[in-house]
Amino acid sequence: MTPGRIVVVGASLAGLRSAESLRANGFTGELVIIGDERHEPYDRPPLSKAVLSGRVGSDRLLLPRTGELNARWLLGARATGLDVSTREVRLADGRVVGFDGLLVATGARARPWPDAGEAALRGVHLLRTRDDADRLRGDLVQEPRRVLVIGGGFTGSEVASSCHDLGLSVTVTQRGSAPMATALGGVVAAAIGVRQQACGIDLRARTTVTALNGDAEGRLTRARLSDGDVLDVDVAIVATGSVPNTEWLADSGLAADGGGVDCDSACRALDVTGAVVAGVYVAGDVARWRHPHFDAEPQSFEHWSNAVDQAELAAHNLIHEATDVRHNTALPAFWSDQFGMNIKSVGLPQVADQVVLTQGSFARGPFVAVYGRDGITVGAVAVNSPRVMDGYTALVAERAPFPPAINATDSPASVAVLDAGFARTTPHRAPLTLAADGGRS
Amino acid sequence: MRVLVDLNRCQSYGQCVFAAPEVFWFRGAESLEYDHVPDAESDRATERAARACPVQAITLGPAVEAIVGEAG
Amino acid sequence: MTSTHPHPAATAYGRLLDHSNRHNPYPHFAELAKEPVHQLDEHNWLVTRHADITALLRDPRLSAQNPAPTDPDAPLGSDGKPFRGPLLMLDPPHHDTLRQRTMDQFVPRILGMRPRIEAMVADLLDRHVGTGSGEIDVVAALAYPLPVGVICALLGVPPEEEPVFHSFAGRLTRALDPVETLTEQEITQLAVTQRDWRAYLMPMIEQRRAQPGTDLISGLLTKGDPATRMNTVELAVTLGLLLIAGHETTVNLVANGTLALLRNPDVLDRLRADPDLAAAVVEEVLRYDPPVQMNGRHTTADIVVAGQVVPAGDHVQLLLAAGNRDPRRFAHPDRFWPERPGNAHLAFGGGVHYCLGAALARMEGQAALTAIASRLSNPRLVVDPPPYRPNMLLRGPEEVRVGYDAVTT
Repeated sequence: MTPGRIVVVGASLAGLRSAESLRANGFTGELVIIGDERHEPYDRPPLSKAVLSGRVGSDRLLLPRTGELNARWLLGARATGLDVSTREVRLADGRVVGFDGLLVATGARARPWPDAGEAALRGVHLLRTRDDADRLRGDLVQEPRRVLVIGGGFTGSEVASSCHDLGLSVTVTQRGSAPMATALGGVVAAAIGVRQQACGIDLRARTTVTALNGDAEGRLTRARLSDGDVLDVDVAIVATGSVPNTEWLADSGLAADGGGVDCDSACRALDVTGAVVAGVYVAGDVARWRHPHFDAEPQSFEHWSNAVDQAELAAHNLIHEATDVRHNTALPAFWSDQFGMNIKSVGLPQVADQVVLTQGSFARGPFVAVYGRDGITVGAVAVNSPRVMDGYTALVAERAPFPPAINATDSPASVAVLDAGFARTTPHRAPLTLAADGGRS
Repeated sequence: MRVLVDLNRCQSYGQCVFAAPEVFWFRGAESLEYDHVPDAESDRATERAARACPVQAITLGPAVEAIVGEAG
Repeated sequence: MTSTHPHPAATAYGRLLDHSNRHNPYPHFAELAKEPVHQLDEHNWLVTRHADITALLRDPRLSAQNPAPTDPDAPLGSDGKPFRGPLLMLDPPHHDTLRQRTMDQFVPRILGMRPRIEAMVADLLDRHVGTGSGEIDVVAALAYPLPVGVICALLGVPPEEEPVFHSFAGRLTRALDPVETLTEQEITQLAVTQRDWRAYLMPMIEQRRAQPGTDLISGLLTKGDPATRMNTVELAVTLGLLLIAGHETTVNLVANGTLALLRNPDVLDRLRADPDLAAAVVEEVLRYDPPVQMNGRHTTADIVVAGQVVPAGDHVQLLLAAGNRDPRRFAHPDRFWPERPGNAHLAFGGGVHYCLGAALARMEGQAALTAIASRLSNPRLVVDPPPYRPNMLLRGPEEVRVGYDAVTT
């Protein structure tokens, strides 16, 4: 495109990377980066781990800038509206920023506790930002009697691990059968849950928090659980998922709702009719799209590498939209570090119906589990086995038959295919149909 | 200097830890942690670490003044 | 399928292995790399490209362990099963246990080695100055004694024992070669050497067990979870591996690096002007002229390599040196260019068997090449190309004679 002004809304990993990629792709026009936090872009994954545990200060997470950005930064400025026809972004302070090209990378925020009064109690925390982490850390170093983690997803589990590092007593409540079961399925999640419990975590599966109580000063003192227990707690972390930051797009014509902003695999924003909106791109946690490799509904991939991949792709396509449009084919992948475990996932385990242990043991030490759907390998999860992941990535990429033959010396003697244990809210879908480009008979 | 490691790409070979133990370290057997903004005296070691990474997962950038926006 | 006459690739592979091509195998690697995969014969394959080699090194369906059943008379490992040999010929899970134990003791001792290695290099060059010859064989004067000195320092072996270690290192190295390349006599000789090595180590091991010090042997004997502690056989074999695997490879790294620098004087000048370039120079030597040229594995399952199914049980030779010059991965692959971005070379392998001593090799290579660049004035190769040792897998020159005007202090 001809030099003009490109506005990047969102100043986190995806926003910064897309801005850098715009320059790397030869964009010489005006670049504006708008972010609602007052901090310049920083790396979020350490917040729940090294930062909470006190090994790294929250001020030591700033992202490197790999080139001369020459951008105008509007930090501490929240976007409140988008007009695609006049090509303008409106900010909360009333300013209006016009654009020729737009990159939407507003990410997601932590899902708040539903009861506003309880959420306002001192000691009740969310964890998404640097400031959140600093506030939470401030409470954790006061040696609370017990910490309650509401939600056993990845963030909740990592927070629990950090509290364990600090020598604190921790209770984790979760709706599902085991921690991270939504992403990993019941079988693998149960194996990880047992290891969390072995570290002394009080893990309450299929349990919710029915009320948070405070004292006269508005300080959290007690939590009531659905299993009837009442816990004395000084700190609670609400880790019940995230909400994409799409409200500012409500009247924009983009297909945006509580599940994200729709885009195609080239990161092009879609309008409510499903048509591409010229010059508007989406990247990162806020983007909802259908991954071409899998027969699954459009979804957001709230993974670090998805933010990077989409940011670079969106920037490339924004500059070269007339000549060289690229599509995102990178397999989804993420990691988590908790309780001495390095957990890595590739592919899309949650579309699987079956799982098989291919290396190691669920009971102790490293292991790898492979996920399959209708006889095809769709994902793999490895605990403390990062150096074999590429082999499993190849199996997912080539849609290898499931269960795949591994026959490594640390493979179990017999192959036991198990129900992967994903709680289905909808009836099981029709059998997987394969795209013509990658099908195998 | 500023440092970013793609921990998805990282396979915990630990070569960065050998090169710059004051910047990179393991927590547990396979979990890498690091200081994203190491002090200037670690620059040489950090550059060696980035060069040594077998999967080239380390991105470096110059130390630049942090930008702070208006009240958040 | 049976083949009675050699596959065309076998001929090209034969040229690669031919000793008369040892000084420059790269045109033959390039010839082979025109195809990503070659079938040499019924059960043997070659893989030539960076992406495929990288993926295979990190694939659990590639085994480093000898597929043959273990010798029932073999001594038992600490896992209670017949012991199969050194780490790089073992698969998980026992591999992981032994490797982790070794790493736990190795890592903290390596972290502080840099100044000591730099001092050893300085000392070796100082000793050479004493000869006043105007010419140095970098292999004999620096590349050989350095790794032996380093391993002895790690093991807490007194300097007067270094010649013994040196001698063992040379003789034990043959154990890394494929057994089919050894003569009957060499196999017998190797067994004798291995027995002698254990006999030599035994009193040292017993002494450290009785009076543990701060050295690596004492650490391996007395630290960590007693349940996974190595037994004496495993310890002797692991120490032997640290000695030999860290020896010839480091010799080749320093020798190949010296050759590359002297053949690329602009890089030599840049390194002399900026010692911080050493890290990049060493990585580029490792890519451009790697000490270990190839790495063999066998498949535990049918596996797709570049669209080709390689059946279970076959042997796959990964041509690391070819992958390191893959133009799909490296721009201007035949150019010695330390500043190249993203130098993910294959010299140290990858996956669970990634070279245990890589960090130490890097420190030794950086110290040695920096010293050569900074202390030898007007260095030039006396014989180019130099004569090469016969070995193909661990390929390196027998000597690298360098003339100079002076050695600065």
